[in-house]
Amino acid sequence: MDRLLIVEKIEKRYGRAHVLGAKQEVTALLDVSFSIGRGSTLALVGESGSGKSTLALCIACLERPTSGKIVFNRNEITVLDEKQLREVRPQIQLVFQDPARSLNPRFSALELVSEPLLVQGRLDKREREARARALLGQVGIPQEKALQRAEEFSGGQRQRLAIARALSLEPKLLILDEALSALDCSVQAQIANLLMELQGRLGLTYLFITHDFAMAGHLAHEIAVMEQGRVVEIGAADEVLGTPNQEVTRRLIAAMPRLTAEAHAPRAV
Amino acid sequence: MISLLQVQDLHVAYISGAGKVSPALEGVSFDVLPGETLGVLGESGSGKSTLALALVRLLPGNAEIQKGAIQFEGQDLLRARPRALERVRGARIGLVFQEPSLALHPTIRIGKQVSDVLAAHEAASRAARHQKTLQLLREVFPADASRIADSYPHQLSGGQQQRVLIAQAIACGPSLIIADEPTASLDPTTQQEILELFRMLREKFNLSLILITHNPPLLAGLADRVLVLYAGKVVEIGPTEQVLGSPQHPYTHALMQSVPPGLDEPAKDRKSRLRVIPGEAPNLAVLMNGCRFESRCTDRMEQCAEREPPAVAMSEVHAVSCFKYGE
Amino acid sequence: MRYFLRRWMQAVFLLIGVSILTFLFSAIAPGNYFDEMRLNPQISPETVAALRAQYQLDRPLPVRYARWVNSLLHGEMGFSFANNSPVAPLLWARARNTLLLTLTATLIAWALALPLGIWSAETRGRLPDRALSGATAALLVIPELVLALGLLILAVRSGWFPTGGMFSVGFEILSPMQKFRDVAWHMELPVLALVLSALPILVRHVRAAVAEVLDAPFLRAAASHGIPQRTLHYKYALRAAANPLISLFGFSLGVLLSGSLLVEVVMSWPGLGPLLLEAILARDLYVVIGGVLCSTIFLVAGNFFADVLMYWADPRIRTGAAAK
Repeated sequence: MDRLLIVEKIEKRYGRAHVLGAKQEVTALLDVSFSIGRGSTLALVGESGSGKSTLALCIACLERPTSGKIVFNRNEITVLDEKQLREVRPQIQLVFQDPARSLNPRFSALELVSEPLLVQGRLDKREREARARALLGQVGIPQEKALQRAEEFSGGQRQRLAIARALSLEPKLLILDEALSALDCSVQAQIANLLMELQGRLGLTYLFITHDFAMAGHLAHEIAVMEQGRVVEIGAADEVLGTPNQEVTRRLIAAMPRLTAEAHAPRAV
Repeated sequence: MISLLQVQDLHVAYISGAGKVSPALEGVSFDVLPGETLGVLGESGSGKSTLALALVRLLPGNAEIQKGAIQFEGQDLLRARPRALERVRGARIGLVFQEPSLALHPTIRIGKQVSDVLAAHEAASRAARHQKTLQLLREVFPADASRIADSYPHQLSGGQQQRVLIAQAIACGPSLIIADEPTASLDPTTQQEILELFRMLREKFNLSLILITHNPPLLAGLADRVLVLYAGKVVEIGPTEQVLGSPQHPYTHALMQSVPPGLDEPAKDRKSRLRVIPGEAPNLAVLMNGCRFESRCTDRMEQCAEREPPAVAMSEVHAVSCFKYGE
Repeated sequence: MRYFLRRWMQAVFLLIGVSILTFLFSAIAPGNYFDEMRLNPQISPETVAALRAQYQLDRPLPVRYARWVNSLLHGEMGFSFANNSPVAPLLWARARNTLLLTLTATLIAWALALPLGIWSAETRGRLPDRALSGATAALLVIPELVLALGLLILAVRSGWFPTGGMFSVGFEILSPMQKFRDVAWHMELPVLALVLSALPILVRHVRAAVAEVLDAPFLRAAASHGIPQRTLHYKYALRAAANPLISLFGFSLGVLLSGSLLVEVVMSWPGLGPLLLEAILARDLYVVIGGVLCSTIFLVAGNFFADVLMYWADPRIRTGAAAK
């Protein structure tokens, strides 16, 4: 399969000034390699602090890895300068956990979705609005709500807005950073379906960052497990879930709350 | 058995500055037996957090308890005086909140924050309180209680902060703990550790527990009974295996369908679309006559939009508010 | 400790900057002490020139500054032409009186502002809060000068308070206790004027800071543990609101100090205010510079004290969590 994104041996270290003046170095990512096929989904699973979000920032060209190579769409982006990066960035979009914090609450749905187009200087005003309305339709926001302000939408609808906004620049890769974690179960399911539908229709590639193995198993074709800045296990979703090789994978799977009957330990009251 | 807590016909509404009334809870009734764990399942807007705060009378100023009764250990908390409430809160009922990082005072040492709870309810010498504080912290941090006592909240992880909140909640030997989404902001592994801690403490101190969550699987191994809240109303209540395993109310049924299939299911069931509940939860500020779930319900009937369905007893312990099961 | 060292350095640079600036401004400002003499036909232009030379006013600005710094290091801070004495002892005597007034007013203003602000925050939107808001708004719109003059008129009409000064006639023969009471009696009116001028700002800020934390989840959590309301509001809420309030404390010292200069003039309190006013009118250069510097030192010291308080009150600063 054609690989849209190839990450090769990247490392990220932060130098942190210590109170007493001595520099302390923190390694956030260590020897991370993987790739994602065009039009497929890779789930990145790990506990908080395992380096998932740093990795997302490196791939979104918002942080530079200390060493290693990232190839996006056959283009080695780790060697590009700031100006060239500006052309790559629109093709990689991020959706965050908390849409309430990442969307300006005072903007209308239409403004939020057309803003990236405006910033990029694409299309004229009429075309922008038409495109924004089409995007709102794609993510299931009814047209009559196009002028409502972000703060008037529910959490699930705000996440739809965030997705529409991310899609406005026609990205190839969508990084979903815990994008479902803050939502209620029924809303989570709605958004998960929307994501699958959009992937089918637009051929999108997803990097799905989560700590929820059940949702990872549901959405992703491949799963990579991270621990302390390293990818410790990677493979087809069913294999990783069915026959986990690593201790941390087994621990995370065991920690998943499950509904099945054997988990009920009936107690005498 | 005599119930420890009995809530009857509780109505709570929020009143906006302009005097607009939005109901948050309407006619909520349930009881909790000594030593029992009741799971409260509800999504955002269901009124689950309002319920937690109403039970200990800590609702914000714009909320009003319109009617009902909350009988706890022989007194009606809705008619209790402020001083009597202070003696119940923390002493007889302990609360554990979500977002533990926000629920601890940022500039007071952990040990002090725990001993302040003791000081509020027990007349004891400073040294005795200090001893008891360490003993409490040892319940939740067997290894390094004294180090934790000297720390400030920002020096602890989310899981550790939640343990501190639990230590505070059990400090004065309450009979009931109310935990509102105690694990929502935690990692899955930490989440399991906290739930395990609840299990352990519940046995050790014979606590009743009200565990409020939006996540059905959390309740599976923990709750004895589950109460399902939808748009401020109890739609279903019954033993956990029945409510989660064979849900009767159309909402509960649809909610359970939207949980991604577990790993024990065959792989072919995954990668397909999840079954979802169409539409959104209703706006409670708009007056409604019928069932709150009517507009999203796949089983709706004529009378659903006209009248509220009454609670129908499926068995002695299982009740569902839906016309499907009669009137 | 690095934190304090940095603060110290900042303070020292600030003082150097202020002294240079006042020097510059005094050079730009028209006229000097000896211009008045020139108008006097009995003093010959040569005498004036000689005097100017004696006090080195004819030298270039950097030289004058260097000489002033030198005299500062010798504890003189330049020379007062009008008083014919070094500036430092002159300033010190007056600065003590100003400090007495300012610090007393600061303590009283805060002692009142804390409970009033908390009370106002507790009763948000209800009668006590509204009454307090109204009262503080009314006090805010009255200029300090009017306030001080009004109080002075009250003192004159009623005879309850002395109408000025710091001591009664025959102060020297009083016993220490009587001396103390006499000064306290003289202080009442100026302190009242200062407290009334600073109080509305303080109450409003305390109310705002406390009201913000009263809704904080940790206060609700503490309330759910049955911690009594008094402890909640006076200990938990106040400690959480400490950071903005401590900054406000440094600021309030500045407000009270500048207010004090004005009130002293109106109520003829022998502080820096009247001295500075006379010096400005007489263009008594080094006294003006010394006075400005002295006020700056008070301000810097006040803010430094606020920093120390902040360091003590907020463990996040102490443990360097801000770096995280």
